Amino acid sequence: MGTWTWFHKLSSPPHCYRIAGQLIPWFAIPAALLIVAGIYGGLVRAPADYQQGDAFRIIYVHAPAAWLSLMCYTVMAVAAAVGLVWRIKLAHALAAATAPIGASFALLCLATGSIWGKPMWGTWWTWDARLTSQLILLFLYLGYQALRSAYDDIGKADRASAVLAIVGVVNVPIIHFSVNWWNSLHQGSTVLRRGGPAMPASMLVPLILCFFGFTFLYAALACVRVRAEVLRRERNAHWLQDLAGRRGRTESAT
Amino acid sequence: MTPRRKRLWTLIAVLAGLGLTALFVSKAFEKNLNYFYPPSEVASGKAPSGTPIRVGGMVSKGSVVRAQGSLEVQFVITDFAKDVTVKYTGLLPDLFREGQGIIAHGELKDGIFMADEVLAKHDEKYMPPEIAKTLKRQPDGTPADGSAPAGAVTR
Repeated sequence: MGTWTWFHKLSSPPHCYRIAGQLIPWFAIPAALLIVAGIYGGLVRAPADYQQGDAFRIIYVHAPAAWLSLMCYTVMAVAAAVGLVWRIKLAHALAAATAPIGASFALLCLATGSIWGKPMWGTWWTWDARLTSQLILLFLYLGYQALRSAYDDIGKADRASAVLAIVGVVNVPIIHFSVNWWNSLHQGSTVLRRGGPAMPASMLVPLILCFFGFTFLYAALACVRVRAEVLRRERNAHWLQDLAGRRGRTESAT
Repeated sequence: MTPRRKRLWTLIAVLAGLGLTALFVSKAFEKNLNYFYPPSEVASGKAPSGTPIRVGGMVSKGSVVRAQGSLEVQFVITDFAKDVTVKYTGLLPDLFREGQGIIAHGELKDGIFMADEVLAKHDEKYMPPEIAKTLKRQPDGTPADGSAPAGAVTR
């Protein structure tokens, strides 16, 4: 039991609220630094591609957004499963907090891909396995959020949406491997590839920086949104009234 | 069995079931999930004729013939086993060139593929122009690491 004390502490709303608040700068500052460095490296310092010219630079937003859309869904599904099995409400809160972030990255991925697809492939959109499965991912995010908002009772919303999140997780490996399993218009992955990344270091390093930067950005956003979820769920709790009362007193004293 | 343990096993069973279902569904719809047929499958008769399909492969070196005074173009695409001759009238994507992977949508008529849309398939390789120039000096034109070029289908 002893090793799990931190976990149980984290599952108490006041602790979670406080810890998430303390973590925000630790995620937000590295996120800002990494994204600025990665975007500068990718848009200014990296050489142009031999075929695509400068148009390839959209990869510095597109690929990290795609990665985040998959990572967010996995986080959401695991959190929903933990919430369902161990009845931890804060796990559901994390899943609910993650969904709109993941949906935004999925939409960003589809939009940037479409903008790149028109000049490179010759079409904005096509129904190949990768594009279709990624669109389904966006719909899963939207369906998850719609299902949540259909219930007045938070507990019911948690359980119903958790089932949807878990069922949808089967799509995550399908998206990733779609370009290997089937003939598709979309190319295979450049970085996670047998034989190493198909990219010179001058292009790859900024991309890696962007991957980490976007991941830290998610962590920072998740902390902010989890705090908001906790506030919404615990709005009648004593600890919050105490916290608000204490803040109110110190503010009126100064 | 505690209720928690029961829920955990239910979850694992559901996930296993979902995985299996996804596997069977994707096997059943494999033909529809594939975006294009490689020339080998066209040659062996696996690709249907008389209905619109997509054929994908690499544009053979020296095969592109443009008609004078029109947008009509004819070229051969290959998967290095079999070839398909493609006829197309219209604008080609910027990346279209000999040695490039492309996907054509259209119909097979008397052994010639009459395309109504041609898309360029980009590969996963990115490099600066200087390196590409050095690679081009290789006699056979294949990439230096020996991997299959874009459009070549490995099964």
